[in-house]
Amino acid sequence: MSDELEDLKAAFHAATPRPDAERRAENLRLSLENFDRLQGSMVKARPIADRRPMVGWLLSGVKLMLHALSTRGGLVVTTALVAIGLVVISPQGRNLLLPSGHGPLTDEVSELESDTRLRHERPARSVAEPVPSEPAPAEAPMMAEDSSGMDLAGRKSAPSAQLDLAKSADDGKALAGGLHAPSPVMEEMSMLLPESTREAYANEAPNPLKVTAAEPVSTFSIDVDTASYSVVRSSLTAGQLPPPDAVRVEEMINYFPYDYPAPDMGEAPFRPTVTTLETPWNPDTRLVHVALQGQLPALEDRPPLNLVLLIDSSGSMQDAGKLPLLKQSFRLMLGQLRPEDQVAIVTYAGSAGQVLEPTSAGERATILAALDRLEAGGSTAGQQGLQQAYQVAGGMAGDGEVTRVLLATDGDFNIGLSDPGALGEFIAAKRDTGTYLSVLGFGRGNLDDATMQALAQNGNGQAAYIDTLNEAQKVLVDQLTGALFPIANDVKVQVEFNPATVAEYRLIGYETRALNREDFNNDTVDAGEISAGHSVTAIYEVTPVGSPAVLNDPLRYLAETPVASESAELGFLRLRYKEPGESVSKLVEAPILPETGTASDDARFSVAMAGFGQLLRGSDYLGDWSWGDAIALATAARGEDAFGYRAEAIGLIRLAESLSTD
Amino acid sequence: MRMSVTDEALALAAAEGDGEAFAALLERRYHRLFGLCFRLTGSHAEAEDLTQDICSVLPAMLTGYRGEARLSTWLYRVAVNAAHDRRRRAAAHKKAGEGWGDWEVNRRAGDAETAERMDWLTGAMRALPVDLRDTLALLLGEEVTHAEAAEVLGVSEGTISWRVSQAKTRLRALQAKEDLP
Repeated sequence: MSDELEDLKAAFHAATPRPDAERRAENLRLSLENFDRLQGSMVKARPIADRRPMVGWLLSGVKLMLHALSTRGGLVVTTALVAIGLVVISPQGRNLLLPSGHGPLTDEVSELESDTRLRHERPARSVAEPVPSEPAPAEAPMMAEDSSGMDLAGRKSAPSAQLDLAKSADDGKALAGGLHAPSPVMEEMSMLLPESTREAYANEAPNPLKVTAAEPVSTFSIDVDTASYSVVRSSLTAGQLPPPDAVRVEEMINYFPYDYPAPDMGEAPFRPTVTTLETPWNPDTRLVHVALQGQLPALEDRPPLNLVLLIDSSGSMQDAGKLPLLKQSFRLMLGQLRPEDQVAIVTYAGSAGQVLEPTSAGERATILAALDRLEAGGSTAGQQGLQQAYQVAGGMAGDGEVTRVLLATDGDFNIGLSDPGALGEFIAAKRDTGTYLSVLGFGRGNLDDATMQALAQNGNGQAAYIDTLNEAQKVLVDQLTGALFPIANDVKVQVEFNPATVAEYRLIGYETRALNREDFNNDTVDAGEISAGHSVTAIYEVTPVGSPAVLNDPLRYLAETPVASESAELGFLRLRYKEPGESVSKLVEAPILPETGTASDDARFSVAMAGFGQLLRGSDYLGDWSWGDAIALATAARGEDAFGYRAEAIGLIRLAESLSTD
Repeated sequence: MRMSVTDEALALAAAEGDGEAFAALLERRYHRLFGLCFRLTGSHAEAEDLTQDICSVLPAMLTGYRGEARLSTWLYRVAVNAAHDRRRRAAAHKKAGEGWGDWEVNRRAGDAETAERMDWLTGAMRALPVDLRDTLALLLGEEVTHAEAAEVLGVSEGTISWRVSQAKTRLRALQAKEDLP
């Protein structure tokens, strides 16, 4: 460990105070009492069976109780109950443990054990065990504490609290009789458990370098999500480098609209363009740049759209960056819809509910009023909400129409998501009936990027993260058509490299989209979608045979690999896709030639973004290529940049540069 | 007696309702738990309160312990979550935002050396964002490996290494600033 950390460690060591003996005794007592109470209630509440379902039941009981207590009157009573707890419990605690607090550690143990009330002489846990003989009022107060009440419990035996006791004792007792014991602990537990997720990112280790002779074929699914770029932007503008796991390089690249050559009418719905260009960070390797450009059908001809907005209105959505931004965003989007389009709104908070029946997009006032009525409150019941949204969507679907559920959430799927796997399957099954799902993430803090990814991937949709109104404009207005109208499903890319020309290769990004080689021809294996007007970019770094950049020595016993072809081709590109509604895939093929075309600004900008993403991830392959080089490349390739997305990206690289040298 | 029994065995027994095992476990872990709480909060009083929070919920949390993680790892996770929870409540009450904040409290009159050391430590910790602080609190006190810290914080091992290097960079910058005349 370095000097800096050693200093800190030493300072910690020197500064750490000894735990206060009195508090220690109190804390131990509190803990043991809670332990006893838990045992007592468990035995009371249940004959002998399995414990776990019981905990679930208790939790819901607590919810009900908290709900009942959350009225003004209830809160007053809660305070009163805490006060009783102070009087009844504290003296006990003092008598029990105060003396031992000053003794050596072993004495404390023996004192604990010699105390009959605390000792559990149970040869085996038995149903008949008598309920702990604590007076009822002592149990109830603990249970009724809210989270701040817990702070008060043992320690702050403030005189004022004790004064309150006398006048409210009667109410307290009355209420105490009607409630069960274990709650404070349980309530606290239910508050703690969701915390543990906080922000979760979906990512894998960066793709390793592959030796062409050993593994010539690379297979992956396309990815049109953009969430990772927005998360990176949100971190950087908040003055912090993003966690490396939050960076998915392919999403950094595909965030930007590119203007690759589009397919002609009557061709496949998208057109691949392969370019070979110099690697900015390594003079001895080449980049193979694969670009797919989707057709942009005439906007007037687009089919009617049935849109179910599934809005998370749980308490955690209250921040300005969440529900309010969401309302503004949808208001923007409404301008893009037509009278023949239908909108319905389902919310999920506590219990799921339909807020707006399917309504023609022409009735703007009705839809806006429904949006305005949304308020944050309650916990998240994501699964019920999804089920209801799909039900509504099912009712709206018609022939030749596009139906989509648009889920807007801060990713807090903690409650109600009993089984993520089952939820994914549910969404996949709905996808096969023609209803797709896109996910919009709002706000930071408990953003569950991994769940968002999984939901959108299963639902044939895009996962985007909306941190500013500008981003809403991009996702919901400028690219609305693209985001919501699929033109090719299950698009898979397979590249076979030629061992005669390419010694090594690595795919930049797409770690979470890797497919097995055999999955390419298996039409039941799901993959990403291309929507109208979208482009998708994938970049390989390849090391030509004989280049000084080759990292792996040739294998001794496989040295003379017979090469079937004398071709100078670097490799061969195969694409599979399904037309919307079809279940059999079509194949597109193209050779990868050593010098194919000139690199466009678009291609070079995408390379700059690939470099930026890898810098953020701390890649080993960039040598001394720096933030400054990324800025120079991105600036040179900025092109027209009508919406200023690229200028913004350059600003972000500059921020990252400053933050990393900070 | 119980001395040769592992923490994990004690915890599993306690999860099954063995109060004696629970008491023994608590005795055994209290000191180190408090140490972590101090490193997470940076103040003696806050550390006592946080330890109390944890002691209070521990019995219920323990019913969920299945012996899959090492007890120390599991317990540290409970502690980090409780610390996070506490910060959030504090923020809600508009009190000392994120811990390591209330540094006047840490000045102990009559012990100039400790006060100075504490000032440096507090300054260093406050220079770090909260996720780096939590990571260091885990790594610097106990014999916690990067892998275990990753498990506790629910992130990848790579993220821990990255945070450590981030923390080093920031501390170095801080030192450079101090070294200026």
